[in-house]
Amino acid sequence: MSETLTVNGSGVTADVPEYPMDRDARCPFAPPPQMLKMNETKPLSRVKIWDGSTPWLITGHAVARELFADPRVSVDDRLEGFPHWNEHMLSTVNKRPRSVFTSDAEEHTRFRRMLSKPFTFRRVEALRPVIQEVTDECIDAILQGPQPADLVAKLALPVPTRVISDMLGVPYSDHEFFQEHANAGLARYAAADAMQKGAFSLHKYLVNLVEEKQANPSEDAVSDLAERVTAGEISVKEAAQLGTGLLIAGHETTANMIGIGILALLENPEQAALLRDSDDPKFIANAVEELMRFLSIIQTGQRRIATEDIEIGGETIRAGEGIIIDLAPANWDGAAYSEPDKLDLGRDVGQQLGFGYGRHQCVGQQLARAEMQIVFPTLLKRIPTLKLAIPFGDVPFKHDRLAFGVYELPVTW
Amino acid sequence: MKVVVDQDKCVSSGQCVLNASDVFDQRDDDGVVLLLNDSPNSEQAVNVRNAAAACPALAIDIEE
Repeated sequence: MSETLTVNGSGVTADVPEYPMDRDARCPFAPPPQMLKMNETKPLSRVKIWDGSTPWLITGHAVARELFADPRVSVDDRLEGFPHWNEHMLSTVNKRPRSVFTSDAEEHTRFRRMLSKPFTFRRVEALRPVIQEVTDECIDAILQGPQPADLVAKLALPVPTRVISDMLGVPYSDHEFFQEHANAGLARYAAADAMQKGAFSLHKYLVNLVEEKQANPSEDAVSDLAERVTAGEISVKEAAQLGTGLLIAGHETTANMIGIGILALLENPEQAALLRDSDDPKFIANAVEELMRFLSIIQTGQRRIATEDIEIGGETIRAGEGIIIDLAPANWDGAAYSEPDKLDLGRDVGQQLGFGYGRHQCVGQQLARAEMQIVFPTLLKRIPTLKLAIPFGDVPFKHDRLAFGVYELPVTW
Repeated sequence: MKVVVDQDKCVSSGQCVLNASDVFDQRDDDGVVLLLNDSPNSEQAVNVRNAAAACPALAIDIEE
């Protein structure tokens, strides 16, 4: 839907389309067609969001990369003109403690470095045997269980949840509580109050865990945060907020990517066969990057605001104007990838933007990569006859969530 | 080829180690970049260029 209105007081009148935009239900892997169409003419255009404001929507790969890395582009959601997701985010902006997601420059660097220790390349490499073991246990249980099996409940969710629980240092006896609350908001028909309750009890749990780790530290991410609390660098509340962020970002995103990634492979059997038959770590790594590019599961855009005038892509973004960088159309930009609508695991996928780019690029990207590089080939090798148990058209997609994916993935073999 | 890294800009993404683990490493404590070799040989050069292109913080400079 679009309507005519005057933008930015300059007297320019244009058709400004509404954002977020819908995917085509017949092509659920593809970005919303309207965004792809807009990107054919210009890499950035104005859109209208819930509060009637008209921030810039970035659809082009090169412009997205440039703005992600531009220090004149801020994530400070307290600034006037910031394009909030919804009214709730605007009304609570001063109640939320500052975090890695909403701080710039030195303040951001400080938060980011507190979180980075467990996610370095080498630490994640050392975790691979654990990820393999968890994956194999899940697949054992699937093979021993009834058919059809739901791969979301039995593989896509438990693998990243168990791995992130271990990294955070959640005691094994709390795993069940932790998974239940962490996943409460992920249920298909979760009501807003259930999601808020889930988030609240999780936050309370993390506060307790931080305090416990202050008294009895061990080798894990919450102990690292607890150490900063003891040193007076951050408050318990901030530590819990950072821990919750790690948890949510650390399992919901990967779980969705695993679920919808398996579906994309089942729909492209010749590509799945290449991955199943490959023992080349480089090919497997590239295949995961291509799945990230093809699926770009983070919806509703990365929200930013310009702090100075920025000339880019033939337009001027004025200081104080909102910026929304949508990863999906940028990853399907024909100027960056030939035949972007094809899943081609062997293509040079270069700088895919599925993890974002710039200072705020995903903290947990090396962990997500390792999990996907293990889960996809292991599943295809161990259950080579895997197939969807329902018609493709009946697969329930998460059109309404921050992270795109599937609610269920019933399979047989 | 001469490589310079800016530790103040670094955001610990690990892209450099992912692309060229014989030239870059990360501090264990906070993941900040460590340069193992500021004059990589011609065989390492392609990976180092990929690392610089992938660095989300533009913290790697290459002088050819």
